[in-house]
Amino acid sequence: MTDLTRLSAAVLAEKIAAGEVTAVEATEAHLARIEAVDEKVHAFLHLDREGALAKAREVDAKREAGEKLGPLAGVPLALKDIFTTEGVPTTVGSKILEGWIPPYDATVTRKLKEADVVILGKTNMDEFAMGSSTENSAFGPTGNPWDLTRIPGGSGGGSSAALAAFEAPLALGTDTGGSIRQPAAVTGTVGVKPTYGGVSRYGMVAFSSSLDQGGPCARTVLDAALLHSVIAGHDERDSTSIDAPVPDVVAAARNGEVRGLRVGVVQEFGGEGYQAGVMQRFGESVELLRELGAEVVELSCPSFTKALAAYYLIAPSECSSNLARFDAMRYGLRVGDDGTHSAEEVTALTREAGFGDEVKRRVMLGTYALSSGYYDAYYGSAQKVRTLITQDFERAFAQVDVIVSPTTPTTAFPLGERADDPMAMYLADVCTLPVNLAGNAAMSLPCGLAPEDGLPVGLQIIAPAMADERLYRVGAAVEAAYEARWGHQLLDEAPSL
Amino acid sequence: MPGITREEVAHLARLARLELKDEELEHFAGQLDDIIGAVAAVSDVADEDVPPTSHPLPLTNVMREDVVRPSLTPQQALSGAPAHEQQRFMVPQILGEES
Repeated sequence: MTDLTRLSAAVLAEKIAAGEVTAVEATEAHLARIEAVDEKVHAFLHLDREGALAKAREVDAKREAGEKLGPLAGVPLALKDIFTTEGVPTTVGSKILEGWIPPYDATVTRKLKEADVVILGKTNMDEFAMGSSTENSAFGPTGNPWDLTRIPGGSGGGSSAALAAFEAPLALGTDTGGSIRQPAAVTGTVGVKPTYGGVSRYGMVAFSSSLDQGGPCARTVLDAALLHSVIAGHDERDSTSIDAPVPDVVAAARNGEVRGLRVGVVQEFGGEGYQAGVMQRFGESVELLRELGAEVVELSCPSFTKALAAYYLIAPSECSSNLARFDAMRYGLRVGDDGTHSAEEVTALTREAGFGDEVKRRVMLGTYALSSGYYDAYYGSAQKVRTLITQDFERAFAQVDVIVSPTTPTTAFPLGERADDPMAMYLADVCTLPVNLAGNAAMSLPCGLAPEDGLPVGLQIIAPAMADERLYRVGAAVEAAYEARWGHQLLDEAPSL
Repeated sequence: MPGITREEVAHLARLARLELKDEELEHFAGQLDDIIGAVAAVSDVADEDVPPTSHPLPLTNVMREDVVRPSLTPQQALSGAPAHEQQRFMVPQILGEES
């Protein structure tokens, strides 16, 4: 019998629609897989078995009644624990929200339910999406299915690990500085950060509002496109949501093509700090694009060298403001309310007990950058750098259709290696941050294993804002060429758990 | 750029409503100092005549019709409250009693 957990979402949905497999069978197969391996992987913080099976039964009933099913109906999905789910816990990886049951669904959650996607549960993440390893989760780290002693990336390490461990064929992530793409890169999966404003942020717990963007995670480019088209679109509950048609990403993913395409290679993405095997696989990908008929153009984007510095001022500044809502008054943890402390003291005691180190660091860093006397030098200058980065992208996209780069400078590093060294951790996102600062769209997809450690390497494709379909057109072409060369998917080389 | 002292961390923690422990002050002072040292690279552009970007989308005042819509019930809105009474969030004492 076919192992249902090895199928792509697209194939699984077809089988369910054709009645070859029931949604309940598909859901049970994935729940059994989770049962078997998640003790080791720890991708999930919360499983919603009953909710998932109820949804699956609903899908099967619809099919039996002759109703037309949507393109992902009955397909199981792992939802990052940053999206609110009515009646199902949402912690954002933080003690401060432990036990909180949201009274409403995020727009993304609602759209998934309307598309009859089966939500299996909520995945582990760095607390409040701050981190690149999932070690900042208050509920323990997640292991990388390629090597459980290594990081699965972050902040969305639970989602990427769930995909790579075949616990779900689809997952949802959020990307503020790379939290979808970097986990995808280090686990050999596919992740897309849509254009800023492409996917509603309503009900997505805010970290840095001008950078945060929800997006699809999957094992194939087509699956990511199918999920993208389900979750994207204008939402009047998010005033920063773009009121324009969603690019036809599914058609693009079904028609991979790069002939005549101008592909930019930015010289600032490389050099010191980049692993040799990563640069080797990246170089091969550029060569592959050339063989497939693309024209490769060398570019310079000098302001990208300041992206990390600008990001670590802007994101903490916005987070220090956003996280002020965790005041112990209306929801979440409350500590010290014993009649001897004022409300303000209770707030401070609760935040001390409820936030982890990285959240505290960023809240204080943002408070510092926004304080009078430092505002112009730090936050003000960071905003100028943001303009310069956007201008660098504009100049680049006047010459090329997409930009490619390694997604991360290194493969998955060992758990613990950078856990208490914030600057080393921040460097994991050096290639992904500029995209968030400018609001562009980008994808990471597997481009091989680094020869020195046998771990996955990600290829990043960057497109201008509102041109998300280019990611899928290029991604599908690259994916097809690599799989033809390898004779299988990269994940087929991952060790069995 | 000035280094971050333990006293400054204590001040930031007060502003940010974080009741940090003594050992945390020391630990964070070193780390914040490293981070601020690195991010100070942005100040190279401080004097450049470049407009600031606060947001990737050029949006201002997105409006909608002012109409009543279904929303959370009081029970739902209070469902996550640490304490509530008479359909209100119950909070610790806000105003000081002494002096």
